[in-house]
Amino acid sequence: MNAIVTVVGKDKVGIIAAVCALLAENNVNILDISQTILQGSFTMVMAVDVEKARVPVGDLRTLLEELGKKMEISIRIQREEIFDAMHRI
Amino acid sequence: MLNQKDILSTIEMIDQQHLDIRTITMGISLLSCCDPDPKRACDKIYEKITRYAEKLVKTGEDIEREFGIPIVNKRISVTPMALVAGASETEDYVPFALALDRAAHTCGVNFIGGYSALVQKGMTKADERLIRSIPEALARTELVCSSVNVGSTKAGINMDAVALMGRIIKDTAKATEADDGLGCAKLVVFCNAVEDNPFMAGAFHGVGEAEKVINVGVSGPGVVHHALQAVKGQPFDVVAETVKKTAFRVTRMGQLVAQEASRRLDTPFGIVDLSLAPTPAIGDSVARILEEMGLETCGTHGTTAALALLNDAVKKGGVMASSSVGGLSGAFIPVSEDEGMIAAARQGTLCLDKLEAMTCVCSVGLDMIAVPGDTPAETISAIIADEAAIGMVNCKTTAVRLLPAPGKTVGDTIEMGGLLGSAPVMPVHPESSADFIARGGRIPAPMHSLKN
Repeated sequence: MNAIVTVVGKDKVGIIAAVCALLAENNVNILDISQTILQGSFTMVMAVDVEKARVPVGDLRTLLEELGKKMEISIRIQREEIFDAMHRI
Repeated sequence: MLNQKDILSTIEMIDQQHLDIRTITMGISLLSCCDPDPKRACDKIYEKITRYAEKLVKTGEDIEREFGIPIVNKRISVTPMALVAGASETEDYVPFALALDRAAHTCGVNFIGGYSALVQKGMTKADERLIRSIPEALARTELVCSSVNVGSTKAGINMDAVALMGRIIKDTAKATEADDGLGCAKLVVFCNAVEDNPFMAGAFHGVGEAEKVINVGVSGPGVVHHALQAVKGQPFDVVAETVKKTAFRVTRMGQLVAQEASRRLDTPFGIVDLSLAPTPAIGDSVARILEEMGLETCGTHGTTAALALLNDAVKKGGVMASSSVGGLSGAFIPVSEDEGMIAAARQGTLCLDKLEAMTCVCSVGLDMIAVPGDTPAETISAIIADEAAIGMVNCKTTAVRLLPAPGKTVGDTIEMGGLLGSAPVMPVHPESSADFIARGGRIPAPMHSLKN
């Protein structure tokens, strides 16, 4: 089962490192990363595999939100199906 | 991998344009709860609802967290209560409403719908008892919603029921006087009511439905508004295409959530309702979409045409996105629940007569409109009759949910809070319709009801 992690906020040192560390701790495999600076803000989209994750997606969401609060950026995780449904026929 | 732009656009829709699933509604048949002993019937009702819907709220919250899409309401609809209570040897139907309210509280849902009667052609004793109990039932419960179907394209309009409902609405306002007549916000009078509507206050679980079913209502006025801002000044063909594409996306999300909820709750998937349902939040308004099309204020000349286009394009875009479309499916225009409508009504541009015209081209009807507290019952009945006639002749669902707030007059505002919003009291015509309503009887079904 795949999910999409999105990170949006003011660019600073260590965002990718912190997010990747949290994902690794929870046994979440990163499949793809793309990162840009969009209209001045740091924007990262990751596709991750949560099949073998240590905790359910709902709990990962809480962990990522807490990290986001600490780093003053917005981090979220959503199951991939929602994007597939909305953008693919 | 998915396109980064698509992913970010979805997130923007959720974050900034109020995209959400408005409701997951579980329909439950209560026909098996009929019992000559009213107390036993109520116990059966409570037991069945709390058993079937035990995990409804939790499942909704889980899906919300995993998919990152807000699901605003979790609700229950049940078999029209007159059909169930009619089997019991009692004249007092209020305990049935109390049983529904208790069950709703136990399950943690926002509302439970189905304290209803279907009387389009005639009233049984049970129907009449239920209707007469509505004011007390709504005053003594918190989460129960009630609806009465008084007409249909096939049967015509039951004018005795229309006359009665005018009085019931007034009595309900009086019974909930302390809350500005809030009970009336939980009472809908329908023509051509649908059996699989997930939206309150008019939801009930029709007799043609399965044992239990999951119906989902989507929302998204903010998303449509935002999409139209990108095509300023372009011809209506472009406007229609833009709305269609947006509605498609919104509905696909609804379909996904509906299927997921249906699977997790082991309950068959019923329908996705393609309604564009507004909220009082800024940026979540149907009126603002109409204004984006080039109208200075919603309610001015051109509003009906703009709404017709919007309503049609929403359906065309949505219908391909779902395997089963149903419910009311169209743009809603509840005045108190739409920030733009409230502003237009306050300004005096949007009046009752214009709203009536608008209901000819959209779902559902004169919805959440505050009228002066001293409006005669006959005038309310006449407003219901007009609206039912529009539904009957045009083979569509129409409804009336009026709020005659006790002691309030034009210029006042009723504050209901939350999704119900606030309603500026709108003027009604002072000329009497009393003799018209006093006739009673039935307005025959139109010629085109004879299709067989």
